[in-house]
Amino acid sequence: MMMEISATRRFVNGFMLTLSGLCTVLVVSVLFFILGYLLIHGAASLNWDFFTKLPKPSGETGGGMANAIVGSGKVLFLASLIGVPIGFLTGVFLAEYSGKTFAFLIRYVVDLLNGVPSIVIGIVAYALVVKPMRHYSALAGGVALGIMMIPIAVRTTEEFLRAVPNSLREGAMALGATKATTIFTVVIPAAISGLASGMMLNLARVAGETAPLIFTALGNQFWSAGWMAPIATLPVMIYNYAISPEEDLHQQAWAAGFVLLSLVLIINVTARLIISRGPAAQRR
Amino acid sequence: MASPQQQQSLKDSVTDTNETLVPPKVDSGLKLTARNVNFYYGAFQALHGISLDIPTNKVTAFIGPSGCGKSTFLRTMNRMNETVRNTRVEGEVKLDSEDLFSMDVTDVRRRIGMVFQKSNPFPKTIFDNVAYGLRVNGIKKSSILSEAVERSLTHAALWNEVKDKLTKPASALSGGQQQRLCIARALAVEPEVLLLDEPCSALDPIATLKIEELLFQIKDITTIVIVTHNMQQAARLADFTGFFLMGKLIEIDVTKKIFQNPGMKETEDYVTGRFG
Amino acid sequence: MATTTPSYIAETLKRRTSRGFLARLRGGDEISYLITLICTVSILLIVGLIVFELWSNSHQTFKTFGFSFLKSSAWDPNADKYGALPFIYGTCVTAFLGMIIAVPLGVAAAIFLAEMAPPKLSNFLTFLIELLAAVPSVIYGLIGIFILVPFLKTYVVPPLQHAFGFLPIFAGSFYGLSLFSAGIVLSVMVAPFIISVSREVLMAVPVEQREAALALGATKWETTWDIVLPNASTGIFGSIFLALARALGETMAVTMVVGNAPKISASLLSPGYSIAAVIANEFAEASGDLYISSLIFMALVLFGLTIVINAVARIFIMTTQQRGA
Repeated sequence: MMMEISATRRFVNGFMLTLSGLCTVLVVSVLFFILGYLLIHGAASLNWDFFTKLPKPSGETGGGMANAIVGSGKVLFLASLIGVPIGFLTGVFLAEYSGKTFAFLIRYVVDLLNGVPSIVIGIVAYALVVKPMRHYSALAGGVALGIMMIPIAVRTTEEFLRAVPNSLREGAMALGATKATTIFTVVIPAAISGLASGMMLNLARVAGETAPLIFTALGNQFWSAGWMAPIATLPVMIYNYAISPEEDLHQQAWAAGFVLLSLVLIINVTARLIISRGPAAQRR
Repeated sequence: MASPQQQQSLKDSVTDTNETLVPPKVDSGLKLTARNVNFYYGAFQALHGISLDIPTNKVTAFIGPSGCGKSTFLRTMNRMNETVRNTRVEGEVKLDSEDLFSMDVTDVRRRIGMVFQKSNPFPKTIFDNVAYGLRVNGIKKSSILSEAVERSLTHAALWNEVKDKLTKPASALSGGQQQRLCIARALAVEPEVLLLDEPCSALDPIATLKIEELLFQIKDITTIVIVTHNMQQAARLADFTGFFLMGKLIEIDVTKKIFQNPGMKETEDYVTGRFG
Repeated sequence: MATTTPSYIAETLKRRTSRGFLARLRGGDEISYLITLICTVSILLIVGLIVFELWSNSHQTFKTFGFSFLKSSAWDPNADKYGALPFIYGTCVTAFLGMIIAVPLGVAAAIFLAEMAPPKLSNFLTFLIELLAAVPSVIYGLIGIFILVPFLKTYVVPPLQHAFGFLPIFAGSFYGLSLFSAGIVLSVMVAPFIISVSREVLMAVPVEQREAALALGATKWETTWDIVLPNASTGIFGSIFLALARALGETMAVTMVVGNAPKISASLLSPGYSIAAVIANEFAEASGDLYISSLIFMALVLFGLTIVINAVARIFIMTTQQRGA
C-alpha cells in the first residue's frame, strides 16, 4: 500500500517555505527603505551649495559641507597610507612565505582585530596620537581608520594571492626568477583586479565610520590646513547635524547621508561585480 | 628474473659501456650526470639510486607507467622539487662537471629550463611572456629583447602565427600555441638543457606534431630531456630513452635498443604493452 | 650552449652566474621575506598596543573603584562619581533585544537562501543583503531618528502597550528614544551578518546528507530542519556570536536612538544608555582624569567582551568548516 505524503506535512513544508521567504524579503526590503528615504529626503535638499560651501554658523540657514567632503578624503588618504601597506604585505607573507601554524595564529589575531568595536579603536588612537599631541588632528583620525583597514586588507590580499594557480609561480621560478621576483612580477599582477577591488571595499567600509573620528579628528567648521588640525568629515557632520535641534541642519544631514550612502554603495557594487567576474571566482 | 646484483651490474654496463652508446661526437659530451640520486617526500622514498648521463645536444626521453618517478626525477634536475615543503634529495648531480646542488638555485633554473605538462603562460602579453626570463635576469634593452623574442618564437615554430600580435594577451592563443609560447619563453634565456614534462599530453595530435617537429630542430641549440607516457613519441623523438619503474631507473640506452631489444625484462614488458 | 657561438645574451647571463652577497640581496628574497614578516609582526604589536593603552589609561578608575565600578550605577560627572552598571545594562539589553529579533529572522532567511531559493535568486538576494551590511552605522542612525522612532511611536508601541502593557518591560510612557528603539535598529543591523555567515555554513553541508533524507521521502523542509540545520548548527551559533559581538560594540545608530540616559529601568520603552554610546557622547567633552579613565575602563570591558565572544565564534565557525571539508 502506498502512503501518500500527509496533508499536514505538505502544508508545513509550504508554510515554512513561505515564512522563510517572507523573512528574506523583509530583510532585503530594508535596503530599499533606506535608499528610498534617503532619496526622498536627501536628494531633494542636495544642491550645488552642499558641495561648495562651508557650514554656516549656528542659527543661520544654508551653507554646505565642502570641508567635510574634502576632510573625509584627507583622512581616508592617510588611513590608506597606514592600513594598506601593512595589511597588504602581511597578506603577502601569509600567502607566500608563512608556515601553516604561524599563518593560522596571525589569521586568528587579525580576525579578532576585525571584531574590535570601532569606538575602542578610536580611544586607542586618542591615547596614541591626540593625548601626546594635546590636540585633535586629521592624523589621529587617519591612524584610527588605518588600524581598522588592516584586517580586511590582510584577508583580501591573502585570499586573492592564494587564488593564483601555482603553475604560474612554477613557470616563473623555472626561468630563474627568485621567489620575491615571482611574487611581485607574476603573482601580484595576476591577482591585481581582485586586490584592487578588495581595497575599494575596504575604503568604502571605513569611509562610513563615525565613532572613531568623534574624538580623534573631531570636527571643524572651517577648512582644515595640513594634517595636524581637527578636521570635518562627512559621517561626523551627519551625526552632529542629525542630533541638533535645527530643522535646516536635519535637511543637510539627509543630503549628506544620501551622498555618503551613494558613494559607499556604488563602490561596493562596482568592486563586487569586478570580483565576481574575476579569475578568483572562476576558480571556485 | 636476475638477482639484484646481476640487475645492478647490467644497469652499470648499460650506462657505462661504449658499445651500446653511440660514440660521442667531438663537441658533444655529457651535459648532466646523475649518480645515486635518492628523493624523499617526507618519509616516502620516491627515487631509488638513480644514476644516468644526459648527452649534450641529444634528446633523451624518460618513459614509464604513471607514478614511476620520471617526472620527480626531471624536477630534481632543475631543483624545482625544492619549492615543495618536506622534500629531501641525496646523491650527486653534475651540470658540466659543476655540482648542481652547490650552485645558486636561480642560476640552475636559468641554465636548465622547464616546460610543464599544462601550459602556464603568464597573464601578460605574448611579448612580455617570452621576454620575462630575460628581464628577470637583468636584460632590459628593448632592441636585444625584441631580437631575442623573435628568435625564440621562431625556434618554437610560433613566430609567423604571432608576429603581428605580440602585444595581445597570451591567453588569446589556442592550447597548442600557448604550449609553444611556453617553449619559446623557456628558450629565450638560452638554457643549456630544456626539460619537458609530458608537454603534449593535454594537446591534440596536430598540435603535438608541431611541437615534436620543433623539438627535433632545437636539439642543436640545447640539450633536451623529455618525459612522456607516449612510447611512440619517445621512439620518434629521442636519441636515448630511459625506462623508469617504481622510482628506479631500470634501463637507459639508445632508443632503438630499448624498443627493439631491451636488456631488462621489465622494459620489454612495458614497451610491448604488457602493463602500464 | 655548446655548439653555437656565444651570443650577447649567453654572455650576460653567464656573467651573472657569479652570485656574491650583493647579487643575492638584489634578488630580493631576503628583503622581501623580512619586510613582509615585519608587517605581520607589527599587527601583533598593534593588538598588544591596544590592550596596553586601554589598560594603562583606565588604571586610575580601577585603582579608585576597583571592580565595584562595574556594579555601581552612580554616574555623576559633576560629583566625580562613576559607575558602569547603567551602561552595561543598556548594552546587554539592547543587544539582547536586537538578537532576539535578528536570530530567527536571520536564520530563517539564511535557510530560504541556502535551501529553498533557486541559485540565481539566492545569489542576487544575498548580494543585496551584503550591500545592507555595508550601510554605514550613522545612516542607520539617521533613519532611526527620523523615520523609525516616529513610526514606532505611532504604529507599533500603542498596540504593543495595549496588548502587553501589563508587562514591566512595556510599562511607562514612550517618548521615542529608548532601549526598545535601539534594539530594533540593532536587529536590522546585525541580521545581514547572521544571514550571510549562516547561509555559507548551510551551503557547506554536504549534498549527500540532503540526498539521503530526500531519498527516504522527507520533504524539503523536513530535510532542512532535521538534517541540514543540525549539521550546520555549530557554524550558525558562530554566526550568532559574531552578530552579538557586533551588536555590543555598535555605537552610532545606538547613540542616536537610545535616549542617552544613564539609568536602569525595567521598561524597554524608557531611555537608556550603552557603553559605546556614552563614550561617543561624552568622551570629547570629558574633563578630569577620573572621568576619562572611567570611560576608557568601560571601553576595556567592551573590548574584552567582544574579543572573547569573537574568539569563541571563530572557533565555532572553524569547526564547521573542518567538518564540511
